[in-house]
Amino acid sequence: MTERGRKALLLAPAGIWLLVMLALPLLVVFVFSFGERGAAGGYVPAFTLEQYANLPARWTAFKNTLILAPLGTIAALVIAYPLAYFLAVRCSPKWRTSLLILVIVPFWTSILIRSYAWIFILGGRGLPALLESIGIDDIRLINTPFAVLVGIVYGYLPLMVFPIFVSLDKLDKRLLEASADLGSTPWRTFRQVTLPLSVPGIATGCMLVFILLMGEFLIPAILGGGKVFFVGNALVDLFLQSRNWAYGSAVAMTLVVVMLVTVSIYMKFISRLGGQREDVSLM
Amino acid sequence: MSVPMQTIAELRGVTKTFGNVVAAKDLNLSIGKGEFLSFLGPSGCGKTTALRMLAGFEKPTEGQVLLDGEVVNDLDAHHRPVNMVFQHYALFPHLSVFDNIAYGLRQQRPRVDKQKIATKVEQALETVRLGGFGPRRIWEMSGGQQQRVALARAIVNEPKLLLLDEPMAALDRKLRKEMQFELQNLQRQLGITFVLVTHDQEEALSMSDRICVMEGGSIVQVGSPRELYDMPRSRYVAGFVGTSNFFDATVTDSAADQITVRLASGQKVHGTPEIPIDAGQEVCVSIRPEQITLTRALPTAEIALPVTIQNRIFLGEHTEYLARNEALGDFHVLVPRQAELNEGTFNAGEQAFVSWGEGALLILEK
Repeated sequence: MTERGRKALLLAPAGIWLLVMLALPLLVVFVFSFGERGAAGGYVPAFTLEQYANLPARWTAFKNTLILAPLGTIAALVIAYPLAYFLAVRCSPKWRTSLLILVIVPFWTSILIRSYAWIFILGGRGLPALLESIGIDDIRLINTPFAVLVGIVYGYLPLMVFPIFVSLDKLDKRLLEASADLGSTPWRTFRQVTLPLSVPGIATGCMLVFILLMGEFLIPAILGGGKVFFVGNALVDLFLQSRNWAYGSAVAMTLVVVMLVTVSIYMKFISRLGGQREDVSLM
Repeated sequence: MSVPMQTIAELRGVTKTFGNVVAAKDLNLSIGKGEFLSFLGPSGCGKTTALRMLAGFEKPTEGQVLLDGEVVNDLDAHHRPVNMVFQHYALFPHLSVFDNIAYGLRQQRPRVDKQKIATKVEQALETVRLGGFGPRRIWEMSGGQQQRVALARAIVNEPKLLLLDEPMAALDRKLRKEMQFELQNLQRQLGITFVLVTHDQEEALSMSDRICVMEGGSIVQVGSPRELYDMPRSRYVAGFVGTSNFFDATVTDSAADQITVRLASGQKVHGTPEIPIDAGQEVCVSIRPEQITLTRALPTAEIALPVTIQNRIFLGEHTEYLARNEALGDFHVLVPRQAELNEGTFNAGEQAFVSWGEGALLILEK
């Protein structure tokens, strides 16, 4: 077999998968987005920009997504980084594996069940009751953007921890000694060596979490109580409840475009920040 | 032993244990200002631990580390006026060559003026013959160049001690030779005290003013390369500094300044050991390969042993022979080119005599 043939064979499974499961459906959605809703729901072929003209009706969903997805990503980063740092740099190797497994353990249970658990924690008899006992009254947590934020940070934290852990773990610890040897205090060593060299992990983690959050619908549905909508919820509603496939497709296409734009801006920013060729490992 | 003029650093009864492993045992050593000192020994002998205690990466379990007359046991690495060239250089991959070298200067408080940093970095680059390489990325540099960057990054801070942890382990033979010369020149030129850790005897012998030979966490002998080579205290030192022929012997008579030992072949030889040795003690005698003369005719020397040539290896300026004596075993003999012109080459199977001049034979602790 020729070298070319071998390469083609290696790429074939993934290529076919992408074509059938991604490109074709995307094309269908693209075509549908210019159509109309049938009388009994579904889709009627047409060519109209009416669905796109209607987009402002779903502005709240876009707004929530575009605020909470970046906010959730940042919150996850802020919590995940110290944890990953501890695991990779400070933790004794004896404990490292067990602690890493603990980070994954939540994945063994469905996110649905875990999110339900948060209903009880954030609900009237959970945290608010506790706060009331120390004199802080009338705190409403469940069904607020805050509840959704807590839910998504909780759900996606491991996805942020792992890439950062990997980049900190493979960081040559002798560089830290070299920095100290050259007169740098521990804090300055962190800022000048550790942090810049973990940018690839941060970039990968943020990208993973952000992209998944943009399509999230389960956590807002459960912890937002129908008050905090994501675009994902709008799509569930349009495709499964009101069966307006054409409008749903237009919303979906818009989400894809918004995501592409945000991610490419983000990539530009990261490559400028890191400036290293092997930096962005998820590209 | 050449006593250094002024002490810049000192180890006083320093012991370091990791758990129940003793990495360094009661080290006592003065390092003189401006000298080039090497810690020599196999891996695990404690030489790196000694270096790391000087750098401030390890705290001694017992004893004191002194810098410039002050005890610095509790002074963190980043506060010590000491810089290190790391084994694999540990250059910052995200910084340019310039920024790597400027790193130490930029940590100083009060801040060093930008212009001054630039001048100093350029100077350091010139010193290691990398002028104009400042804007390069680290990965664009070859192994030898990276080593120079690591060197420049350390010397630019004008440290009181420059520590070098096996700095040439990753270089090929030719480059290593070049670097040895350069390092030695650099040390004379800068007047900085160099402390080198190495397991490569050739490296230690060629560069150092003094060598500190270590074994199993302890210092075995400290001295100039010549002292260690000519007057090793033990078989270990003799074997580690240069190569030698070793034979077992028993002490038959021990006088104040001279003792007599009997070789396994029955001959009695005299010598002056570096350490006190009692009669009846089992010792070891050592003869350097280049101090042995190989002749066809029976020489007039005090002792001449008949041998059969086993093997010949041409080494350029020398020819190495393996010659076997019935009673003592194999002798490695190094015959210089000039001597070979007189005696002619010996072939395997030929009969010959080995002999040596007075003082060539050393009596060592076993």
